[in-house]
Amino acid sequence: MFHIVSIARSDEGAPPVHVPEYSCTVPAGFPSPADDHLQNQLDVAGLLVARPAATFFCRAAGDSMTGAGIQDGDVLVVDRSISPQNGDIVVATCDGGLTVKRLRSMRPGEWVLEAANPAYPPLAIDAENGITVWGVVAWSLTRHCRR
Amino acid sequence: MPRFALVDCNNFYVSCERVFNPALVGVPVVVLSNNDGCVIARSNEAKAFGIAMGAPWFKVRELAEKRGVVALSSNYALYGDMSGRVMSVLAEHVPVLEVYSIDESFLDISTLPGDMLTEWGRELRATVRQWTGIPVSVGMASTKTLAKLANSLSKTSPRLQGVLDLTQNPRWLDAALHKTAVGDVWGIGRRWAKRLTDVGVHTAADLRDADTDLIRRHIGICGVRTQQELRGDAVLELDHAPEPRKSCCCSRSFGKAVGDYGQVRDAVSAFAGRAARKIRDERLVSGCVQVFIRTSPFRNTAPQYSNSTTVPLSPATAATPAILDAALRGLSAIWRDGYAYAKAGVILLDLIPAGTEIRDLFTPMPPTHHAPLMQAMDALNDRYGRETLHFGLAAAQKDWVSHQDQRTPSYTTRWQDIPSVRVE
Repeated sequence: MFHIVSIARSDEGAPPVHVPEYSCTVPAGFPSPADDHLQNQLDVAGLLVARPAATFFCRAAGDSMTGAGIQDGDVLVVDRSISPQNGDIVVATCDGGLTVKRLRSMRPGEWVLEAANPAYPPLAIDAENGITVWGVVAWSLTRHCRR
Repeated sequence: MPRFALVDCNNFYVSCERVFNPALVGVPVVVLSNNDGCVIARSNEAKAFGIAMGAPWFKVRELAEKRGVVALSSNYALYGDMSGRVMSVLAEHVPVLEVYSIDESFLDISTLPGDMLTEWGRELRATVRQWTGIPVSVGMASTKTLAKLANSLSKTSPRLQGVLDLTQNPRWLDAALHKTAVGDVWGIGRRWAKRLTDVGVHTAADLRDADTDLIRRHIGICGVRTQQELRGDAVLELDHAPEPRKSCCCSRSFGKAVGDYGQVRDAVSAFAGRAARKIRDERLVSGCVQVFIRTSPFRNTAPQYSNSTTVPLSPATAATPAILDAALRGLSAIWRDGYAYAKAGVILLDLIPAGTEIRDLFTPMPPTHHAPLMQAMDALNDRYGRETLHFGLAAAQKDWVSHQDQRTPSYTTRWQDIPSVRVE
């Protein structure tokens, strides 16, 4: 028999981690044959969050990255420990806010942020103008059922 | 030879806010204490306007607003989460660290190669910055007191890029000690600094070189210990297993003065519930509840009253019903009508690990339903949000809730509050 022990953090945002625990204390009768093969339950946080200290969640607002698979309202899993590379989808600081773009390197050492929507021109990465890469988007989570 | 690093987050609360709101970068920003009372964090730009640490907001507000300073209410859910992130990055880089405060840690760097410390510090700083967005400074030296001093100096010169290693070059160390006023040495308060300057000890170097008997006579054994630390003898060790806490306080200043017993009782009930939850999380039980109430010392025209009382808990417990009952009995004993109360609080004392309580023949057994009830309540509140389930009195209307007019969202701890990113 399993007990599901929920080790929740004190804040409500963190997903609980489920850890199965032995509970075969019946002195008479047969122990469960599965007890020797006990494995942890699948934990979605372990899949999505490789480095908890560097992982932040953001919400996408707008639908012009649908071509890149990002829908309006998606939860983005941003891992700041990943060093950005050509082609990565990144969260960037721009105009005092945060925005999602694709990172492109035109020539060695020259980086631009490309919008999926051609109406927006590419932006050069430029710390002086406050345009910097904030973090690499590792996952985007789309909710398909609203019930 | 022991070596220590002190890693300190620069203008920590402001830096946390800037991670999620880039519009605050390069702009003067201050963060205000609970109830928007005092300035508790300042960006460098705000410091440059002469806004002092701890300044009452009503005194500096006019100047601040004229200069376009952005004032934010404190957002401890955010700062606590970001602090945990920074500390866990640091913990990946050293075998042992002591988390000294929400924004500082001492690291044991004795085992690192001594000639590489500056590069190591720069890399650590860059990693913390990239992973968490928080800028830190790193001071390194052969004692904790010297590491603290190195850390302060690392912020003074842009050339140092936030990293100063005082373990390698004795001349740098000497220059650093001459540059530091004795009052800025860790462990020397303002009062001691006054006594020391009166006898001609003005700088950290003066304190290092002073006659030990003189120091003992004027400021006692703690001063001698600081002197030894300045001389390079590490007498303070890394405190990486902090003593379990002995008390747990939950108190607030009210948003506006409260004269109604019912409202103060509701506030005290809420504080009792929160304090009980805190000690349950740490698997402690309390043997004694202290309750206090007071009027505002700043409104000196109004009649003043303050009082506190303690109520023993037998057996020691962490169950909200027992703690609530004791807190309310205490409150009714000290309550006086006719005052405008500004603050109340509940302090749980005599904390010991659950299961180690000593009972005698006359100690009543704790009610058996408390433990499962508390477990169920905590689990529901974890799942559906703090105070989803609480004891009746703590509900009511919360007139006493603090003013926090300019608090930013809980970007990292509530799904509803995660930052929005524009997709374009």
